[in-house]
Amino acid sequence: MTKLIFSRLLQAIPTLWVIATVTFFMTRFAPGGPFDSEKAIPEEIKIKLESHFGLDQPLFHQYLLYLKNLLQGDLGPSFKYPEWEVSELIATAFPVSLTLGALSLMIALLLGIPTGMLAALKRNSWMDYLPMSLSMAGICLPTFVLGPFLIYALSTQLGLFPPLGWYGPTDWFLPSLTLGLFYAAYIARLTRAGMLETLQQEYIKTAKAKGASSWRILSKHAAQGGLLPVITFLGPAFAGLISGSFVIESIFFIPGLGKFFVTAAFNRDYTMVLGTVLFYATLIIFLNLLVDLVQAWIDPKSRQSK
Amino acid sequence: MHPFLPYRNWLTKAHLAFVVCWFASCSQPSNVETALDTQVLHFGLGAEPQHLDPHLATSVAAHNVLTALLEGLVSEDPKTLQPIPGVAKSWNISKDGTVYTFQLREDARWSNGDKVTAQDFIYSFRRILNPEFGAKYASMLYPLKNASHYHQGKKSWEEAKVGAKAIDPSTLQLTLEHPLPYFLQLLNHYSWFPVHPPTIDKFGAFAKIGTSWTKPGNFVGNGPFRLFDHQINSVIEVRRSKNYWDQKTVRLQGIRFYPIEAVFTEERAYRSGFLHLTQSVSADRIDFLKEKYPKELHFEPYLGTYFYRFNHQAPPFDDQRVRQAFSLAIDRQRLVDKVLKGGQTPATSFTPPGTGGFSPAPKFQHDPETARALLGSYLQEKGLTKLPPIELTYNTSEGHKKVAEALHGMWNEVLGVEIRLLNMEWKVFLSTIAKGDFTLARAGWIGDYVDPNTFLHMWRSEEGLNMTGWTNKHYDQALENAQKTDVVSDRWKYFQTCEDLLAEEVPILPLYFYVHLTLRHPTVRGWHPTLLDHHPYKYVYLSREESP
Repeated sequence: MTKLIFSRLLQAIPTLWVIATVTFFMTRFAPGGPFDSEKAIPEEIKIKLESHFGLDQPLFHQYLLYLKNLLQGDLGPSFKYPEWEVSELIATAFPVSLTLGALSLMIALLLGIPTGMLAALKRNSWMDYLPMSLSMAGICLPTFVLGPFLIYALSTQLGLFPPLGWYGPTDWFLPSLTLGLFYAAYIARLTRAGMLETLQQEYIKTAKAKGASSWRILSKHAAQGGLLPVITFLGPAFAGLISGSFVIESIFFIPGLGKFFVTAAFNRDYTMVLGTVLFYATLIIFLNLLVDLVQAWIDPKSRQSK
Repeated sequence: MHPFLPYRNWLTKAHLAFVVCWFASCSQPSNVETALDTQVLHFGLGAEPQHLDPHLATSVAAHNVLTALLEGLVSEDPKTLQPIPGVAKSWNISKDGTVYTFQLREDARWSNGDKVTAQDFIYSFRRILNPEFGAKYASMLYPLKNASHYHQGKKSWEEAKVGAKAIDPSTLQLTLEHPLPYFLQLLNHYSWFPVHPPTIDKFGAFAKIGTSWTKPGNFVGNGPFRLFDHQINSVIEVRRSKNYWDQKTVRLQGIRFYPIEAVFTEERAYRSGFLHLTQSVSADRIDFLKEKYPKELHFEPYLGTYFYRFNHQAPPFDDQRVRQAFSLAIDRQRLVDKVLKGGQTPATSFTPPGTGGFSPAPKFQHDPETARALLGSYLQEKGLTKLPPIELTYNTSEGHKKVAEALHGMWNEVLGVEIRLLNMEWKVFLSTIAKGDFTLARAGWIGDYVDPNTFLHMWRSEEGLNMTGWTNKHYDQALENAQKTDVVSDRWKYFQTCEDLLAEEVPILPLYFYVHLTLRHPTVRGWHPTLLDHHPYKYVYLSREESP
């Protein structure tokens, strides 16, 4: 196990370096720059600004300097909001995205797993068809339709929740529900498929023959194998959830990481693009490792193969 | 036994608790309702301001926040925007209109209690003009004598003898290059606002971008409000300042600015009572909102022109006849009535009518016959049967696309020209236009102050904003003459000459004048439609009834 962790961490270093390098040069080769605006600024002022941010240096020199600062953990100031450091902005926005992601995932799991299990147990009955059709609708319904619909119903019409913002716990419900329902639909389908496969296994039949209750079979025997596809899905899903969702953040006006991630590219905010990309990459690497560890812990087969 | 049976009791309790919490959370009244007691204005800001430093700011969003936090030498009348006393309680203007002597009020204070002095203004002017600083709006101070010499790094501040002098702590004398009738109005632009010298020095921000003096707790201002909180992409909160000289006039206890960029989100926020006013409204929603919120949807005049630039460096727009034909072929009235439908008015000149009292003659007209004849003569001379397809470049947006498609239809109908629409991401678009790599391109311009000069200066030969390749000595001369006289009728005459030249040589294609479309709650009082969309907050209050 230690070996696995150690080798994965070693692999992460060249991966991150490649990502940093590719992103660095891609952003620089995109047309336009951080200081272009409709009200054109005099050339000499542009030169001043560029030298202030070190953009007057040769590109390769800038790249080396960036790597050097990166090794010291310095992501530099944002080009768009120079009064803020990139790390400071990520540190402000990430807890928001983390809360939203964790709550959504909780909703998704609480709704998705029982629904999927029930559908697998009561296969080909209305308890299978109804939730599975609903989950299909849930997957197809984009969040930018579901979000405004929930706001209209629960906020504008009934006044139950604030329509937007991220100022207190009551603001958390609607966006978490919107995002959670979307993932719940996936999880329900994955759970159903995994459970169906597991329920066919010989050891389940043995358990049944020995007279174990259906609850015991489900929770003790089937769940362990049946939920493996869900766990595999959770790694990238969780990374996606906590790195922020641009659409949900726009609909609900949430100051999360997704907005920085997307608008930084439009603003040619070089340091912010690099900062968010590297942060996201690190997060994915870490979560994938975590998923592998959890899988190895649950599934002895996968432990051996590794 | 049912698998969930042992948990039924627990589930019921959890369910009950959830419902209770739900309703407890729900009974809170909306922002707009509570604001009648708290007097806190909830303001849709539209975008996160890039800077809260008045010498670095360049956006409408920054203006909206900075006017709460800072005050210049003069302030503005909430209805007419005419200059009224601000930090200066009075002023004298010399006979030749070039020397302004301001008497600062004794009780003008910074939010930390320090007195606002004439030296603070000198320090501020020196900061924004500092060639090492790189302020984008430094040229706004060029009317000051020798300011450009200092700013362009030709001379030091002392050598340049910039026309700004503190005679004593309460007397400030400003000397101009030449008389400027709108000079006092110009002082209301944030680039002329003072900053608190000890704070700037403490953070080393005199010539440095990106220091933290603008953060809450650090910011020292002299306006009716002080900076209380700033969470990026979430909220900027200002609260009433105890040290403001005119605090008896201030009725709001605070303003919360929300930088909501998505127009539909902003509209939802308004409709559920989260906001008192929105920064904008989507054109697609006008019909619905007109019906549902007839008294809250406002179409207010806005000092801006939507236009296209022709590239004069390449055929066919290097020929005046083609440019004229393209202009005459457009039915601007139809464009605003059938396509835009948001209360805009057709642009028959470049300067919006009524800018500072100047109403240009409507020269850009619709005349398909002449348009055809002009293009015909061009084609004949070049030995062509029709024009090659023309590329129309615009930045990606549904609104710009709608206009481009409508114009494509008109040009095709009248001139038989094929137009290729080419949309680009914003920064790519900006760099393409700046390089002159276009044939016909979308543009827009919002005035910085209420004077025709804010529009017409763009087409000077030397102006960086020109970007069309069009130059005209007569135009430059007329504009310079207008700068040098303070006789109003003469200035209008010179400006009209400029407008005539634009209509005759058509370097640009004015299409329509902007309107400011906004949703505003009826409880917002003391808020008047103004051309620059400026609303001095000290007169604003929240009430069900109009103040007597």
